[in-house]
Amino acid sequence: MSPMARTAPVPAATDPAIIRNFCIIAHIDHGKSTLADRMLQLTGVVQPRDMKAQYLDRMDIERERGITIKSQAVRMPWELDGASYALNMIDTPGHVDFTYEVSRSLAACEGAVLLVDAAQGIEAQTLANLYLAMENDLTIIPVLNKIDLPAAQPEKYAAELANLIGGDPEDVLKVSGKTGVGVEALLDKIVRDLPAPVGDPEAPARAMIFDSVYDTYRGVVTYVRVVDGKLSPRERIQMMSTRASHELLEIGVSSPEPTPSNGLGVGEVGYLITGVKDVRQSKVGDTVTNLLKPAAESLGGYADPKPMVFSGLYPIDGTDYPVLRDALDKLKLNDAALVYEPETSAALGFGFRVGFLGLLHLEITRERLEAEFNLDLISTAPNVVYEVTLEDKKVLTVTNPSEYPDGKVSEVREPMVSATILAPNEFVGTIMELCQSRRGDMKGMDYLSEDRVELRYRLPLAEIVFDFFDNLKSRTRGYASLDWKADGDQVADLVKVDILLQGEQVDAFSAITHRDKAYSYGVMMTSKLRELIPRQQFEVPIQAAIGSRIIARENIRAIRKDVLAKCYGGDISRKRKLLEKQKEGKKRMKMVGRVEVPQEAFIAALSSDDSKDKAKK
Amino acid sequence: MPSVLPLGDPAPADGLLPAQAADGAARRAFCLYVHIPFCRVRCGYCDFNTYTAKELGSGASQDEYSGTLNTELDLAARVLRDSNLPDRPLATVFFGGGTPTLLPATDLAAMLTQAESLWGLEPGAEVTTEANPDSVTPESLEILADAGFTRVSFGMQSAVPHVLKVLDRTHDPERVPQAVQWARDAGLKVSLDLIYGTPGESIADWEASLDSAIACAPDHISAYALIVEDGTKLAAQIRRGEVPGIDDDDHAAKYEIADARLAAAGFGWYEVSNWARTPDDRCRHNLAYWRGDDWWGAGPGAHSHLGGVRWWNVKHPAAYAQRLATGVSPAAGRETLDAGTRQLEHVMLQTRIIDGLRTQDLGPNGRKAVAGLIADALVDPAAAFAGTIRLTLKGRLLADAVVRRLLED
Repeated sequence: MSPMARTAPVPAATDPAIIRNFCIIAHIDHGKSTLADRMLQLTGVVQPRDMKAQYLDRMDIERERGITIKSQAVRMPWELDGASYALNMIDTPGHVDFTYEVSRSLAACEGAVLLVDAAQGIEAQTLANLYLAMENDLTIIPVLNKIDLPAAQPEKYAAELANLIGGDPEDVLKVSGKTGVGVEALLDKIVRDLPAPVGDPEAPARAMIFDSVYDTYRGVVTYVRVVDGKLSPRERIQMMSTRASHELLEIGVSSPEPTPSNGLGVGEVGYLITGVKDVRQSKVGDTVTNLLKPAAESLGGYADPKPMVFSGLYPIDGTDYPVLRDALDKLKLNDAALVYEPETSAALGFGFRVGFLGLLHLEITRERLEAEFNLDLISTAPNVVYEVTLEDKKVLTVTNPSEYPDGKVSEVREPMVSATILAPNEFVGTIMELCQSRRGDMKGMDYLSEDRVELRYRLPLAEIVFDFFDNLKSRTRGYASLDWKADGDQVADLVKVDILLQGEQVDAFSAITHRDKAYSYGVMMTSKLRELIPRQQFEVPIQAAIGSRIIARENIRAIRKDVLAKCYGGDISRKRKLLEKQKEGKKRMKMVGRVEVPQEAFIAALSSDDSKDKAKK
Repeated sequence: MPSVLPLGDPAPADGLLPAQAADGAARRAFCLYVHIPFCRVRCGYCDFNTYTAKELGSGASQDEYSGTLNTELDLAARVLRDSNLPDRPLATVFFGGGTPTLLPATDLAAMLTQAESLWGLEPGAEVTTEANPDSVTPESLEILADAGFTRVSFGMQSAVPHVLKVLDRTHDPERVPQAVQWARDAGLKVSLDLIYGTPGESIADWEASLDSAIACAPDHISAYALIVEDGTKLAAQIRRGEVPGIDDDDHAAKYEIADARLAAAGFGWYEVSNWARTPDDRCRHNLAYWRGDDWWGAGPGAHSHLGGVRWWNVKHPAAYAQRLATGVSPAAGRETLDAGTRQLEHVMLQTRIIDGLRTQDLGPNGRKAVAGLIADALVDPAAAFAGTIRLTLKGRLLADAVVRRLLED
């Protein structure tokens, strides 16, 4: 007998008692999407012939990188012991940069499936999200995935999970999203173990927005979880944070294609369409209520996304600036966390200073700009936000080294993070060494199992935005995983290091660093540039300076010879063509004072050697 | 001439030239270049269009070469006439290679005689042949002089055996002064070619070569920085680390030494790589290239220029001979330059020579660049104020950079 429900409960007329809202907490490659796909198939909401691998990951980049950026919710019918249930699976973003979105997704659920690769064990981000779920009093169903793999060690990792959440290793479900083994049992367990949502059907409506997605054809699609009351088609709704009101043009559920309904009642999860064009008008974490019968209090927990990392984005071809502007405007529609403003660099021309939630957010945005809008971009080294207090007590927020005030600074505060690192215990020493070199302060260490350790550090965000993760990975042969969240700020002894080419400051290379690291930054950058900048017709000193004090210096010797020895009858055409090519090449040179700097030098100087992989987790 | 031909438009089978070639021809000198594509051995650094004697078969062999070449001269005369170019006697003739003196002197004489019969020679015309010091005898030089040759240019390259060895040159350096003396005895002017910057050449080696060349008392000396061309044996040796690579700073130092020593010995520079005892001793044929005069280049791979039309012959001697045997022009490709491109070439070439470039020939941005060039000591200030861009010593070493600055948009 198929457990597929014979009659699916109808949205807007579903008793909360038969609703189960859950999410899946998992590390990026632990098989969440495959498991979700299998559930869609088993519950019959997707016919096998329509099955695209990883159905829920809509965007190409997500599919390419195997990560989920934007979450969605799918309603699935399921039958147990002769009764029909409505299961809402709320997909959560799987990356450290999107902690806030994860927290809102968790807040929309009563329970969470903790999904761990049976060959790898739990990873730092999963652990962090697990803690978040436990703080939200979610019921946790521990599951080991990929038990079909030869390298699977289900006993070992079941013990680890039981140890983390309390309970018996025997209770850990063992499934294979790939073969489907154990997935039906999981769906049954979700129905049995998770509490049903509770709410007041007579109260004014309160629905929490846990996701908001821009669709080219439909405008913004808002995903909500109804807590109290009911939302109905054509009524006017109000956003409680802004008091803005909109007409509900469409309301419905995804199963998984959007299906309009007669509304959404207590405990239900679905989507709203109001015709707005910008996700900022429908913000994650906000509470939706009825305009005519508004709730007195919002559900709480709303916070504006706060960019943590800033980088300058510049088109390599200056004439692409309008294309970049339009592209950012388009991405913004679907990304409430993306902030930017125009910026001019003497060295790089016109571009934008862009704020991101973290490095992955930066990487993904940059990749989308390049892939979807055909742009070639230079991005400056990412930096964090500093709060600078001047001697006259004026406080500046610095998101760009070039805005750092000259002198008269009484105090600088830098953002801090608390970081969790999970790794096999053999790497504890090397990880501690790395964290100490990044000004980290150890907060604790625990054994997750015999040979796996959780290390907790408080670190300056600035120390982890550039190449920390690369270093961590290479020192632990790829075994360590990292999670971090913002954790206040601290006063720090920071200085701005400028790089000067022939006495001219190159704004793109300025950096705010800890005083102890200023010298090594100066030496690294000046020697890198000496290799990258071709010899000119005059000597070019490259200096690193703090204010007017030079801390490092390199010299590019003047070129002494630039002439073709022979230019006879048969050489002329070739020589002329070379000259024409050089004239073209000159257009790709940026002038810093009189110094011609090839674009490639900027790109190479601004990228760490393996920057391509640095944000991948 | 480099072995790689440029990309251009196809050239017609009859070789006829666009109308532009004839414009203003009467005001330009007309010269002839004859390419002799033979060497006894191929030097490791050379990427010229040359072949060792035994590489080539029928129609292109050394014995038949002068006959084949004369066929192209006949075709040249016909093309020029049919393209409405005026009759002009030859101002200069230059036999280059390769090693022209690998052919019997009588063959060289026969080709010169053919050219003379077709166009005539201007009074005092300059007729040069390149030669290896070990491929001439007093008798062969005598024959050349009698046939109308006025000048011989010896590939001396270096006076230092280990340098000659890296260059694959086979001649005995002792042979050079003797060959120069024989040429003088035959009444010929003499030029010596030197190469500096060969891997392994010390400063002292280079000074020795210069002194040795000066001691021969030639009329003219060319000194070329070694260019390592892709695809040569030397390039491969450097790539494999068998010999050290090229160092531009070493080249610059040696150029400065050359200019100083040659000046002290009474030789004045008149082009980036050329020095002459008196203005009369400058190579007028080469000056024609830099001044944008007209020349017909005969022989496989040879380049020609007539009034802004440049073309080049098929490269392989066998293909070349084949074309001529069937009455088809050996031209492989050509380009017809527009006014802007001719202007660019004019700046590029004229800047290299002591005559210099008139500032009035520059565009507005080029004129604006002059002050900076004076400030950087790349051009002679007095000449610039008098309206001529003339390179300083430093400017000659950076001549290509100067040209780019003069041509900035």
